[in-house]
Amino acid sequence: MVKRTETRRGAVLSVLLAVFIGISVSAQQPQPQPQPQPAPPAATDEFVPISQLPPQDQLPAAPLLISAYAFVWVALFGYLLSVGRRLTKVQGEVQRLESDIAKGTRT
Amino acid sequence: MPLAGLNAVMFAAAPFIIARADYEATMGLVQKIFYYHMPSASMFLLSAVICGIASARFLFGGSPRQDRLAHAAAELAVLFGAITLVTGPLWARKAWGVWWAWDVRLTSSLMGWMVAWAYLLVRKYGGPGSDKLAAGLALFGMANVPFVYISVNYWRTIHPKTSVVPTLPADMGTALWFSFVCFLLLFILLLRLRVHLEEQRARLDALYLALDE
Repeated sequence: MVKRTETRRGAVLSVLLAVFIGISVSAQQPQPQPQPQPAPPAATDEFVPISQLPPQDQLPAAPLLISAYAFVWVALFGYLLSVGRRLTKVQGEVQRLESDIAKGTRT
Repeated sequence: MPLAGLNAVMFAAAPFIIARADYEATMGLVQKIFYYHMPSASMFLLSAVICGIASARFLFGGSPRQDRLAHAAAELAVLFGAITLVTGPLWARKAWGVWWAWDVRLTSSLMGWMVAWAYLLVRKYGGPGSDKLAAGLALFGMANVPFVYISVNYWRTIHPKTSVVPTLPADMGTALWFSFVCFLLLFILLLRLRVHLEEQRARLDALYLALDE
């Protein structure tokens, strides 16, 4: 009876010792450090020059500039071609009618 | 023809002069749209004024020559208005962060452009008497011009004031006024060409009438 009690006490002590050691070891392991959260962007309630904006907020200027200049050139050339084409057509018709009148006929 | 050649050379040289001009401190590269935007906007307003004056003279004097001039100027108002209204938002997207803002300058410019379109549509589809109806529209288009110009000085909006241009540094001013002369010369040449087209159309109508009689 006494031997069984000692065995049980030894088992309890062993379990307690194992738990204690486990806690000690886990306490010594380095804990993962929380990642520093980026600070929320400050509210912009005043003028901020483009050069001072964060990179993700900056638009490339070159495509906008090229688009603007290209549009101007295309619009002007297109209009010039359009007027030239209309003028050629009307002048051709005028010449045809004038020659018809000179001949005294109409086609 | 020599003027057209000179204008072509000036337009070819303009990008080099613009590229040499200083960068604006806050807007950087995109500010160089200004050198085409401002002259085209000026030609847009000039077209509306010429169209309005010629229309008034046509309405009260009945001169077909003035009507032809008004018609030609209205078409140029649509052309230069389109250039203004496209280059402006391309600049604004970078400088202001938005494509468009319903401020007074932009809205009145859009309105003037729509009046020019309305003039052309009335002339094309309005039938008999549409020339006088369109002339009335042109008067509204011209009345809108001073409003477009001074609006930025009376309403504080996102658009820069008219006082910006006289205060430009010499380097930027040279590029701007060079572009302005380019556009003005082009405007004169296109107006002459477009009026010539109207004259040829009038001649064609007269020939058809002569044949019918």
